[in-house]
Amino acid sequence: MIFDIEVNNKIIKAKKGETILSALSRNGIKVPTLCYMEELAPSGACRICVVEVEGQPNLVPSCAQPVEEWMRIKTHSPKVIKARKTIVELLLSNHPDDCLYCERNGNCELQKLAVELNVLERRISGQKGKQKADRSGSSMVRDPKKCILCGRCVRVCEEIIGVSAIDFIKRGNHCEITPSFQKGINLSSCINCGQCIMCCPTGALYERDHLPEIIDSLNNPAKHVIIQYSPTISVTLAEEFGVKSGKDINGMINAALRKIGFNKVFDSSFGADINTIEVANELVNRIKTNQNLPMFNSCCPAWVKYIEQTHSHLIENLATVKSPQQIMGKLIKGYYAETFNISANDIYTVSVMPCIAKKFEAQREEMTHKGITDVDAVLTTRELARLIRLYGIDIMNIESELADTILGTRSSAGKLFAVSGGVAEAVIRTSFNLLTGKDLVNFKIIELRSINKGRKEFKIKAGDYEIGVAVVSDMINAEKILNEIKNGRNDIQFIEVMACPGGCVNGGGQPIPSRKEDIKARIKAIYDVDDKESIKFAHKNPQLNELYKNYLGNPCDENCTTILHTSFNKRDVLL
Amino acid sequence: MKSKIDEIIEKQNNTDRSDLLDVLQEIQVIEGYLSEEAIIKTSQYFKLASAKIYGIASFYDHFKFVPQGRFHIKVCNGTACHLANTSNLRKEFEKILKIQHGQCTRDGMFSIEYVPCMGACGISSVISINEEYYSSVKPSDVKDMLENLRNTDDRID
Repeated sequence: MIFDIEVNNKIIKAKKGETILSALSRNGIKVPTLCYMEELAPSGACRICVVEVEGQPNLVPSCAQPVEEWMRIKTHSPKVIKARKTIVELLLSNHPDDCLYCERNGNCELQKLAVELNVLERRISGQKGKQKADRSGSSMVRDPKKCILCGRCVRVCEEIIGVSAIDFIKRGNHCEITPSFQKGINLSSCINCGQCIMCCPTGALYERDHLPEIIDSLNNPAKHVIIQYSPTISVTLAEEFGVKSGKDINGMINAALRKIGFNKVFDSSFGADINTIEVANELVNRIKTNQNLPMFNSCCPAWVKYIEQTHSHLIENLATVKSPQQIMGKLIKGYYAETFNISANDIYTVSVMPCIAKKFEAQREEMTHKGITDVDAVLTTRELARLIRLYGIDIMNIESELADTILGTRSSAGKLFAVSGGVAEAVIRTSFNLLTGKDLVNFKIIELRSINKGRKEFKIKAGDYEIGVAVVSDMINAEKILNEIKNGRNDIQFIEVMACPGGCVNGGGQPIPSRKEDIKARIKAIYDVDDKESIKFAHKNPQLNELYKNYLGNPCDENCTTILHTSFNKRDVLL
Repeated sequence: MKSKIDEIIEKQNNTDRSDLLDVLQEIQVIEGYLSEEAIIKTSQYFKLASAKIYGIASFYDHFKFVPQGRFHIKVCNGTACHLANTSNLRKEFEKILKIQHGQCTRDGMFSIEYVPCMGACGISSVISINEEYYSSVKPSDVKDMLENLRNTDDRID
């Protein structure tokens, strides 16, 4: 039912059952919010979204109050503005005054609110927090001094990811957000997905910086510095430079990275193609022998950690293949180094990932052999933008270039790794070929491409076998599907899980903010690439076939297993 | 061997969150505090994250996360006792025992805590030692009191 309400002396339309906030924002009236999260139930904790409703004794939080027909609302009356300003002043009263040196300077919601509400002086001064930043995590830093206790990170961790690694402790002015027993994040059940960073309004949560090491290596003439970038980066980096979301600037990234001084620039989609081939072969082997099914993808390090700590009895079900990042790292320090006769010790590999869990993955014990780490440093999309700015490169106005060829040609299936459902799609395309000897005619799997669903399923007949595929994004849905399997469901052979909602396009290292419409645009850009490019199957990638012929041997054979596969172990954390 | 915590948890018959505080309280009565082990076991039983249980428990001052001493001293911090100068009493305890609110001496003998009004304002300052109440305590009494308690400790080490 649609009815009229009066807002700021004008009549607007509202739907029955929606909140005041949603009616206002649909009609172009902006009310500031802090603790509000679009897809979750309102918490009404911060009160920054208060509005004046005629006849009500107190201001009401618009994010929680349902709209009613009789309402006459004022969104920016003096009383409302005074209340909002006081809230911001109170939040700032114990905030460290180091905006200039803050990770989120210029991109901070609290800073923006202070500007919007014209806070120009410190009217209320409180005692500053003395907590130390928690730098124990391999991929993220937590600085409780800057926390304004909006609770968004706690809610995303509990309600979307389903991990609950952090929570509020104590109460009143002693209240804080910490992992269990106030210990370091490295001991907690945090899976490093980074969704908390994506929703943090201030600089209380941010990724661990790898820039200084990279700059040192770039300046070291003895080092051969090689960079690889994830399939996702090309459709998200432009946003950091103020371009509308969904623009693919792949060629410009290649050119910019060369200008910065990287000796070689590779596209990790090539690694994704190899990952596809290996996973497809492993899947087909498992289906034929009916062992360790359903098989889980292993390219999302957050999901891998989740299985290791929470469901260690299911480790066998994980594909043993390394993630594209690690495959590329290994090939650069192995195949590439041998081909060009460079010592692996002199090579420094950098990867650009949309994800902070990749920082954790690169530091896993299994990824270092004889003192040589496959991937030395991992940058997020945000850090890459910082690096590009630091080197004074006008990325939006440079000529496009191609990635280096030896490990850089890709199929569009590799590009699909960026979106939830893409890994499954790429793997099915190749598994179908392995099982039937023919290529899929309808290579677009529409069932796995719907954007809004956290969980998708699809079945395909390939020769004598039927492959059931389930795709999960939002970790909380993974738990549900694991439960179904525990209760005897056996029609699913492959489960693809990406911890972040929507897949890597919404990873924890992407530009902040990543709104829903941005994510849709990014996903569309990825599918456009799949439409336009001619090589649509990983097994049709000519360079990859050459690599298998000359160096790797047959997929899943002994040589491939030592180079491309890894092992996972039970992990003891504070669950 | 089954620990006491296991026994308490096994007694429960539903995993509903509403029973959580009861279980935590029961554990605290027996163990004297909530150990990490206790919280982790409770979290497994209720299928909640330990961060959550710790968060809930730390909301209440009632729950302790460090073991208490053989003699747990509560000093009243209510208005009447405050006017009867408990702050000096507190300082005296802190000076002799060299511990602060919420801490325990290294030998595990004494722990100290400041609590809100105990409801005996007429006989302030009030302190309680292992739930036994002492009235009109003056700072000068503290030294002897602690000495007596130390002598009554009947533990065989």
